[in-house]
Order: sequence, then structure tokens, then C-alpha cells
Amino acid sequence: MNNDPIIRLTRVSKKFGQSMLAVDDISLDIREGEFITFLGPSGCGKSTALKMIAGLLPVTAGTIEITPQSGVSEQDLGFVFQEPTLMPWATVFDNVYLPLRLAGLKRSDVEARVKDILKEVGLTRFEGSYPRELSGGMKMRVSIARALVTRPRILLMDEPFAALDEMTRSKLNDDVVRLANENKLTVIFVTHSVFESVYLSTRIIIMAARPGRLVADMPMQRPWPPKDEWRTTPEFTAEARKVSETLKGTLNANDIDH
Amino acid sequence: MQTTSITEDLDAPVNTAQLRRAWREQILTWVMPITVLIIALGLWEYLVWHYEIPKYLIPAPSLIAETLIKDGPSLMASSWFTVKLTFFSLGLAIIGGVLLGALFALSRPVELSLFPFAVILQVTPVVAIAPLILIYVDSTFAALLICAWIVAFFPILSNTVIGLRSADHNLSDLFTMYRASPWQRLRYLLAPSALPYFMAALKVAGGLALIGAVVAEFVAGAAGQHTGLASRIIESSFRSEIPRMFAALVLVSLLGIVIFLLTSWASRKVLGHWHESEIRREN
Ligand SMILES: Nc1ncnc2c1ncn2[C@@H]1O[C@H](COP(=O)(O)OP(=O)(O)O)[C@@H](O)[C@H]1O
Ligand SMILES: [Mg+2]
Repeated sequence: MNNDPIIRLTRVSKKFGQSMLAVDDISLDIREGEFITFLGPSGCGKSTALKMIAGLLPVTAGTIEITPQSGVSEQDLGFVFQEPTLMPWATVFDNVYLPLRLAGLKRSDVEARVKDILKEVGLTRFEGSYPRELSGGMKMRVSIARALVTRPRILLMDEPFAALDEMTRSKLNDDVVRLANENKLTVIFVTHSVFESVYLSTRIIIMAARPGRLVADMPMQRPWPPKDEWRTTPEFTAEARKVSETLKGTLNANDIDH
Repeated sequence: MQTTSITEDLDAPVNTAQLRRAWREQILTWVMPITVLIIALGLWEYLVWHYEIPKYLIPAPSLIAETLIKDGPSLMASSWFTVKLTFFSLGLAIIGGVLLGALFALSRPVELSLFPFAVILQVTPVVAIAPLILIYVDSTFAALLICAWIVAFFPILSNTVIGLRSADHNLSDLFTMYRASPWQRLRYLLAPSALPYFMAALKVAGGLALIGAVVAEFVAGAAGQHTGLASRIIESSFRSEIPRMFAALVLVSLLGIVIFLLTSWASRKVLGHWHESEIRREN
């Protein structure tokens, strides 16, 4: 692992229209293997920042650099949306195969690869099912499999489990950690849940709204990958309290400002 | 590597209760309406016989059936003409509607400049345009075709445009991220997204094509052409051959029903495995 950042944001801003400053002057270096969460209230520009990193939105000012990788993957970035965002007309297999199909790879050449990734997310039995036949958690797994099938180095996730129940959510959190660890991924995970961010990440970036900006950069001293038991330890609670307070501080400051 | 266990089980056993439910569904969709139809026909037959209603007012179903058989050959020829006209115009409406719809969806300026014409064509009653078209176009068949096409074309056009625009934004972003070519985007995202809209339009357009074909022929028939079922109806009306009128009417209805069943079947075939509108739910 070298020391250059894999993603570097330099004074990045995003304006919608004339006055809506969704992201204001964010600079950030992300190193390979980091599991970063963007934590903040809704409307603070988390999604906007993530989409700019993914190249889905142009920046208004600043630069975003992603260190290019010597071609072992079809696509350096995987993106998981808040909704599963699957094609309802296609089977689980075809949904996961999509990125490879768009890269021009023949189905027969990559069948094994798609099946492997489906196995990794525990959906082997469902490769022929349609999305409507799956539960919310399973759809999310398909979405993750699709993001990982191109063997990206970077995984971007935008509040992926916000709509799921607590149990499914913590299970998927563990799966994401496992997959990130196994595949040596650099992850940016957007969430508005303090516990989720403390459990998952090696570094928490706290953001505030109006204008969307970075207010705290908190590296986590903690065992990673986390074990489920860690959730019940005093250290976990202490970390969560610390993050919570920082977050609250930014909210109050924001209230006074406006 | 550890594989996550899945708690949800989708393979519910096919049990007898389910089969029985499916059977009842079949009875409801087929046996019931047919029974009601037969009862209605029987009642009609009985009332005509009981009140001795003359056949030039309301012929009994048995007489209509008799006429259908007696005039079979000539009525069949007319039916064939109307069938050809309807399906030909529907085919052209599909081709024109989809191509123009795709063009509209691709280019806003094209849409803005051409859409008003499409609307004018749509809102002007075809009966009002038909005489003009019959004057300008030499071949009667071609003229009738144009009339029926005008009627059937619009729903396909407008639904194709809406459908092509209805693709999920996040999915569209995903295609951008994976650098999909325009062709891939059309093939794997836009076309499937548009399909439910297109199939809905097809069901409407199928019925409209028949209406267009019949109405146009009424106009043309008045000008002395005798070819399709509509002309048979007019001609029988002039000669007060009411049973024959009914017979032709029955054939027009049958054709309409066949078109409806065909388009519904196609829609179920194409969308049944994924789209809410065609998924059969058990409850
Ligand atoms: N396409 C857009 N046009 C205009 N304003 C937008 C657009 N996308 C987001 N915004 C605004 O930018 C701000 C940040 O949005 P977003 O990045 O979605 O926040 P978050 O994901 O943190 O909830 C919000 O106030 C939102 O209303
Ligand atoms: Mg968001």
C-alpha cells in the first residue's frame, strides 16, 4: 500500500442554480483501504459529494482526482444507491451481469464470475429470480453484487440500508465489512446513523448543511474489521457518544447561524 | 469464505388449495361470461318469439346465425378486407408511433416542432378528414389505411415518448457510470422501461384501428365502394336487410374481441414476469 491518496478532493464545491450551495469547499484525502463514512443530517450534501466522486455530477469548482489503476477491472468504482435500483424486467443474474455486459463481455465468458459474486452475497439460489420476488435486504445484496462484479477498488454507498429493518441492516453491515476486507476495498459509506458509522468505519467525516460542508474528520481508534460483539462494549458506546456530541455541536451551530 | 444464510423461502409448495384457486379463477374468467352470454341470447330468442317481433325490426339470434351461414362467403370476403385493413393500419401505427416516439424522446426540438401536428391529427375527428383523404388518394384501400392509421397512431406515439422518458434516474446514472453506448442504453434500459407504456398503448390502438377502419369505410362506402364489413352494414341498411346487418355487426364485434384478446395476451406474455400491471397475485 503506498501513501498517495487513492481519492483526493481539492476545494470541491457544488452549486445548484444560482445560490444553492450543496457542497462548499471540501478538501479530503482518502487512502487505500480506508472505510470512510460521511455522516450528517439530510440535506448536507452527502449524496451530492458522492455523486461528484462517482463522476455522475460535474463539480462547480475544485478538482477530484482518483488514482488510476492498472487495468484489472472493468470499472474502478462501484456505486450502491439508497434504493436497490434494479432492473425489474431482468433476473438477479442479469442485473448483476449488467456492468460486464455494458463492458462488452459475453455472458458465457463471465458466467462463473457472476455466480461467484452471487455466492459471496448469499444469493446463489436466487439467480433466476426477479427483483419483485426478493425481500428488501436481498435486493440490496443484488445491488452490492452488481457493484462488486467489476472488481472495483472503490465502493461508494449512499445510505444503502436506510430503508431496511434493524436486523437486516446489521447483517448487511457485517457483510459489507467482510466484502470490503476480503476484496481490499476503499469504501465511502454515506449514512445519517451514528451507530452505523461508528461500527463500520475507520474514519468518520461529519458534514453539516446550509451550506453543505465538512465539519469534522475523526479517525477511529478501533479494531477493524469489527466483530458483532463490539457493539456492546463500553468502547463502542464511548466512541458513539463522542461522535454524537460532535454531530450535535454542528447542528446547534447551524441553528444559531440561521 | 462464509456464505450468508437466507431466511426467506420462496419455494412454497404447490398445494391443492392453490390449484383449486387457479381452477376457480379459470371458471370466473371463462365459464361465467360465456354462460351469461348464452342466457342473454336465449332470452333474446324467447322475447322475439313470444312478442312476435318482426325480423326487420329485431331478428332473433337463430336467424342471425342462419344469415351468417347463408351469406357466409360474401361476409367472409368482407371480413377479410376489414381484418387486413385493421391489422395493416395497426402495424403501420406501431412502426410510425415507435419510430417517431423514439425521435421525440431523443430530441426535444423535434418533439416541440412536430408534436402539434400529431395532436391536430389526433383531435380532428377522422370522419371529418376521411372524405378529403378519399379525394386525394387514388386507391381506396390506401385511403382507408391512412384513416385507420391516423386514429391508431397517436396513443402509440405518446406512450412511447412517455415510456422512453420513464427510465429510473438512478439506473440511468448507473448506465452512465458504466459508460454504456447509446445503443446499449436504448436496448437494456430505455426500451424495457418503455415496454409497459407501449403495451398499454397497443391495447388501445388495437381497438382504435378497428374503429378507424370501420368509420373510414362508412365514409367511403357512402361514396360507392363495397368491400369491408362496414359496407355490408350500410348496404344491408339500404335494402332493409336487418338480419344481414346484425350478422355483419356480429362479425365486427368478433373482430374487436379477437384484437382485444390478442393484445391482452401479448401484453401478459411480455410483461407478465415482471410488471405490476400483469402480475397475477394470489389472494
Ligand atoms: N439536482 C438538484 N438540484 C437542486 N438542488 C439539489 C439537487 N440535488 C440536491 N440538491 C440540494 O442540495 C442539498 C444537498 O442534497 P444531498 O446531497 O442530496 O443531501 P444529503 O444526501 O446529505 O441528504 C439539498 O438541500 C438538496 O435539496
Ligand atoms: Mg442523500
